[in-house]
Amino acid sequence: MDVLVEISLAVAILLGIRLMGAPETAVRGNRLAASSLLVAILLVLWRNTILTLPMVLASLAVGSVLGLVLAFRVTMLQMPQMVALLNGLGGAASMLTAFVAVAGRDEAINLASHVTGGLAVAVGGMTLSGSLVAAGKLHRLLPQKPIHLRGNRLITSTLLFLLFLLILLGSRYAGPEMTLWLLLVAACALAFGTLFTLPVGGADMPITISLLNSMSGVAASICGFVVDDALLVAAGAIVGAAGLILTRVMCAAMNRSLLQVLMGATVASANASGSATPSSNQSSPQEDHPGPIERGKPVTFDPVESLLEARSVIIVPGYGMALGEAETQVRDLYDVLERRGKDVKFAIHPVAGRMPGHMTVLLADVDIPYDRLVQLETVNPEFPRTDVVLIVGACDVVNPAAITAKGTPIYGMPILHAHEAKRVIICNADTQPGYSGIENPLYKRDNVVLLLGNAASTLEKLINELTLRISAQNGLQDG
Amino acid sequence: MHLAVLFTVFILSSAVGYRIIRQVPPLLHTPLMSGMNAISGVTVLGALAATAAALTTGSRVLGAAAIVLAMVNVVGGFAVTDRMLKMFHSNR
Repeated sequence: MDVLVEISLAVAILLGIRLMGAPETAVRGNRLAASSLLVAILLVLWRNTILTLPMVLASLAVGSVLGLVLAFRVTMLQMPQMVALLNGLGGAASMLTAFVAVAGRDEAINLASHVTGGLAVAVGGMTLSGSLVAAGKLHRLLPQKPIHLRGNRLITSTLLFLLFLLILLGSRYAGPEMTLWLLLVAACALAFGTLFTLPVGGADMPITISLLNSMSGVAASICGFVVDDALLVAAGAIVGAAGLILTRVMCAAMNRSLLQVLMGATVASANASGSATPSSNQSSPQEDHPGPIERGKPVTFDPVESLLEARSVIIVPGYGMALGEAETQVRDLYDVLERRGKDVKFAIHPVAGRMPGHMTVLLADVDIPYDRLVQLETVNPEFPRTDVVLIVGACDVVNPAAITAKGTPIYGMPILHAHEAKRVIICNADTQPGYSGIENPLYKRDNVVLLLGNAASTLEKLINELTLRISAQNGLQDG
Repeated sequence: MHLAVLFTVFILSSAVGYRIIRQVPPLLHTPLMSGMNAISGVTVLGALAATAAALTTGSRVLGAAAIVLAMVNVVGGFAVTDRMLKMFHSNR
């Protein structure tokens, strides 16, 4: 009976995820998964007859309220750190649960629960510390740049080996000795998670977050083994699979193998041999230039005129748009162009931003219809036919060096073929290389105009000029 | 439950989950991730069971902490995913 209920709940969760695969049904899918989980929680409460335990109920209430407050206060720009933080809490909960379930047991529990208990504490602990470091970096509490400690890789390998050994040896202990053993496992795991995430830089976050997401699922799943709960095993495994898929998608979009990432070979460390100086992001609000400035490059066409004449426009948003808080201006420009009957699309690179799909939620937040957002594979053939491409705070994802410059870290990374468009307008903070540290040859091309400075104010000027000329044109037509 | 049964459940759900999730378009990757994140809070089920079975006050307190953290994960995750998904709309 119980098994049947658990299976149907797992199926309901899977159905929910399936519904989350299309924007029209996604809200329902999410709610179905949420209600399935609620039923599961009530079931466990009822089955263990702990409904009366006030501490349990109070904990449930406190957690729910905190979760709601977090969920409604977070901005879309902060989504990556929110997800990282929640990941970490999930990992912590799995670690504590396994600890409570296994520690201090006097009766000799079997080998399997020893191993699973140790594993759950280990994976949960890694997820906790790794996620907190990631969230700290994303929230700028920690430096965004990769932090390289001497011998980091040696220490992490040693810790991993130590964990492996500890978990294998665990079956020897019982009672207070076992509590000590679990504490040791937790300490090693926490240290490993921290050291593993410290060398990761800003643009590598999409990969890291996906991986941590996967790990939080795996931790929950192993916890299911510890407490003998099939639904927990199933749901955790599903999350683990989801995180793995996203990790692989992100790796492909950055042209790196999962193994390289697991080995800690971040873009920055691949760069260490190169001479380029990586700048942490494409556009920073701190470098607020007074307005559009040209730097050593003659203007080859009038950006306003070209936008007026263009029939098709593709906008390429990057993390710089988010940092410069230029989403509203991008939407205004979209509205102006759309009203003129132009075909306006957004080209979305999978790793633009700090987590998978980050650009999409930022644009959805300012009411850009999702059918205007086009993914890399679909949009690339359209660039040669496109009159104007407008790049807002993106560098590496449109860097043609990825196609031409063999031997550079960026070579082979799939990019948006913005350089194939007839004209390109770039609204970036500066001409510094992006995160990859590789200069963007696009900046020097003849059919490219650079409008340097804060993206929001650059775009605002562009929109003002556009509307002025449009009303002037309309005035001419009227008169 | 028998370990082998749990292991089968693990393998099956991973495989089915993998197949279903692979079909989610990149457009929805952020909400997918935060939704998955919420689901990873199922560990609250384990936390509840473990707390119920806890023998000492110390482990009960730890268990309560696990419940709080997992609930933040579950409720926060689902709520923020709902908020995000409601923003998605097609062209008029």
